[in-house]
Amino acid sequence: MDIPYTVEVRRDTGLTNGKIGIWLFLASEVMLFGALFASYILIRVGAPSWPRGDTILDVPLATFNTIVLIGSSVTMVMAWASLMRRRFGTFRLYMGSTILLGLVFLVVKYFEYSHHLELGEYPRTNNFLAVYYTLTGLHMLHVFGGMVVNAYFWGPGAKLWKTNPVWFTQRVEHSGLFWHFVDLVWIFLFPTLYLL
Amino acid sequence: MSQPPGVVAPGPHVAHEVHHEELGFWRKYVFSTDHKVIGIQYAITGMLFLFFGFSLMMLMRWQLAYPETALPLFAFLGEARMPGGTMLPEFYNELGAMHGTIMVFLGVVPLAVGGFGNFVLPLQIGAPDMAFPKLNMVSYWCLFLGGITMLGSFFVPGGAAQSGWTSYSPVASIAGTGQTWWLIGMIFLITSSLLGAVNFITTTIQIRAKGLTFMRFPFFVWAQFVTAFLLLLAFPPLEAAGVMQLMDRVAGTSFFLPSGLVVSGQVLDVAGGGNPLLWQHLFWFLAHPEVYVLILPAMGIVAEVIANNTRKPLWGYRSMVYSLIFLGFMSFIVWAHHMFMTGMGTAMAAFFQTTTMIISIPSVVILTALIISLWGGSIRFNTPMLFALAFLPMFGIGGLTGLPLAFNIADIPLHDTYYVIAHFHYVVAPGTIFALFAGIYYWYPKATGRKMNETLGKIHCFGSLVCMNIVFMPMFIVGMAGVSRRLFDGGATYDFADPVLQWNVVSSWGAWALGLFQIPFIFNFFWSIRNGEKTVENPWQATTIEWAAPSPPPHGNFVHAPQAYRGPYEYSVPGASKDFVPQYEA
Repeated sequence: MDIPYTVEVRRDTGLTNGKIGIWLFLASEVMLFGALFASYILIRVGAPSWPRGDTILDVPLATFNTIVLIGSSVTMVMAWASLMRRRFGTFRLYMGSTILLGLVFLVVKYFEYSHHLELGEYPRTNNFLAVYYTLTGLHMLHVFGGMVVNAYFWGPGAKLWKTNPVWFTQRVEHSGLFWHFVDLVWIFLFPTLYLL
Repeated sequence: MSQPPGVVAPGPHVAHEVHHEELGFWRKYVFSTDHKVIGIQYAITGMLFLFFGFSLMMLMRWQLAYPETALPLFAFLGEARMPGGTMLPEFYNELGAMHGTIMVFLGVVPLAVGGFGNFVLPLQIGAPDMAFPKLNMVSYWCLFLGGITMLGSFFVPGGAAQSGWTSYSPVASIAGTGQTWWLIGMIFLITSSLLGAVNFITTTIQIRAKGLTFMRFPFFVWAQFVTAFLLLLAFPPLEAAGVMQLMDRVAGTSFFLPSGLVVSGQVLDVAGGGNPLLWQHLFWFLAHPEVYVLILPAMGIVAEVIANNTRKPLWGYRSMVYSLIFLGFMSFIVWAHHMFMTGMGTAMAAFFQTTTMIISIPSVVILTALIISLWGGSIRFNTPMLFALAFLPMFGIGGLTGLPLAFNIADIPLHDTYYVIAHFHYVVAPGTIFALFAGIYYWYPKATGRKMNETLGKIHCFGSLVCMNIVFMPMFIVGMAGVSRRLFDGGATYDFADPVLQWNVVSSWGAWALGLFQIPFIFNFFWSIRNGEKTVENPWQATTIEWAAPSPPPHGNFVHAPQAYRGPYEYSVPGASKDFVPQYEA
């Protein structure tokens, strides 16, 4: 059965179902990370002393990761824009780069984690590290989730392009909204954890 | 009843040709994407868990009425729980924590939101299905996994969670394995609710029928719509808290563990520096809106049933809707009234007691509007209406007894006593659950094509009403005498509790009798599927759009795409040929 307004826009709301759905989902994500950031503030304010992020964490590495993630957001937009221009080949290229950049982010994060673990800096060591591992860990899960969805649209999901290009473009746009959100969370995480 | 074939037009603009491919058993009844099947799955799951959660309580009531008296029949539960039939305190705590968790997250919410929301809401807005049918299926199965995890936790070493449904840290952070299972179960349940909320909001905004503007929504739709926002925005903070407590327990972090915490005479070997109150804040940031998640759908159901059976429009529909929206908004800024005893300071307490006072106003507006709606109506006293009428005073008692708790000063002696238990149970048990029963009797003909038996329904209704009051009214007395709700012997060890202890016995017998009065309902529910009185599309002569669909509605719901021509409750319109003018008739 076909659900109305999956592809075509409902005239009085000006939106498709998917667009509303993804924004609602992002609203709940804001509440999730908002609660975590609020917890971080409360724990930090109550702590007798709190290390500066750059005394423990590797700022240049994180800066590199920030650039990687911002770059992946740009390629994500380009992937969507290619579909709007009906260039499926360029879409594949840009979408592939987005996924690869996500992978680079995760690999860098892996080295960062293992470095800290080697130094004996575990989540249980102190609350700064607890916050660091929890927030970045949850963020990494989101990056990974976004990569899975993007990989689906790069690979098997791309079949939809042949039958319903408008719908496919919309789905890529929604996945892009999520990807930008994940990027944005990192933009907040980076200064909060590494610089402050 | 045979399902009429025919073209089902899903949208007002586009008339798609729908090809009915025959689905196999698994796709049709188990992994279904049809909102009606999912709604019924939710409802049945919710009812089973309600009964299970109630059974836990019936067992606890034995211990409260007759502390440390053996109940040899239950010796089979094992040495770790009831050796020789005498309940251990640890097992009592397990039952208490799981009763709360199951009733709230696996009983009432799945039935009220998942069940009624899924089954009724798309029909009431004239939709062929939910906006995201596959997501809908996923949210049911997340709930299912959450339920299995919670049930499974009874069998892990040390038993299920024992730290209350609120799972306060640090107790919960250092409790046994059951707590970890509880957290994992909660993450499944939260995921389920989030996906459901996204789906409900999108469906309501997008898939409503042509002509169905927001102010033409039945009140039930409004109630579900606001509820979905509460679920969407209030649950993630608990998810965050759950992740942090999981980290505390699994990775040894100290989010909620303060420095120098002493457990069994030994300083706990953790980094410390955490904040136990943080858990309470995050928990109640969810759990207060959750209270409204429990009550708003109930109000929605009651409004439908009352409008239908008084044969009158709802009195003050618009003010009811605005109250609902205001309630939804306010419910996010009252949470710390659960925490007056935490030493939060007078400024904070003053803020939260003020917002709490304010939030009672829209609740009173809605309740008053429902009561005034009765005035001058020619009321039909059928089973759904009796339950809806019972809801009004019961919710009224629950709401009014909440006012003393909202005041910082009055809360201090009443906090954590049986008074609190009586207060919120009046809201949820004879309140919400009665409304849910009303909804079951009311929409049963739509789901099955048959009515439930009226005589059995009336026995169920009057029996439950009397028993509910026998259970909960004495708790006000016990609570005002100062007996704490946490005692596993119901206060028997304290001299001051002596004069009120006999009320514990009364409550217990009330609870067991209440259990007996559910038997007519359970029998009626199954018996009527095959033997109930056959009905037509619109057996209650109602006005809302769900009654335009065949009973039971086929896949895709409506034979012709419905359209809304007027408001939801056009009953007894002067000059009309019959005493109701359906929303869907031109």
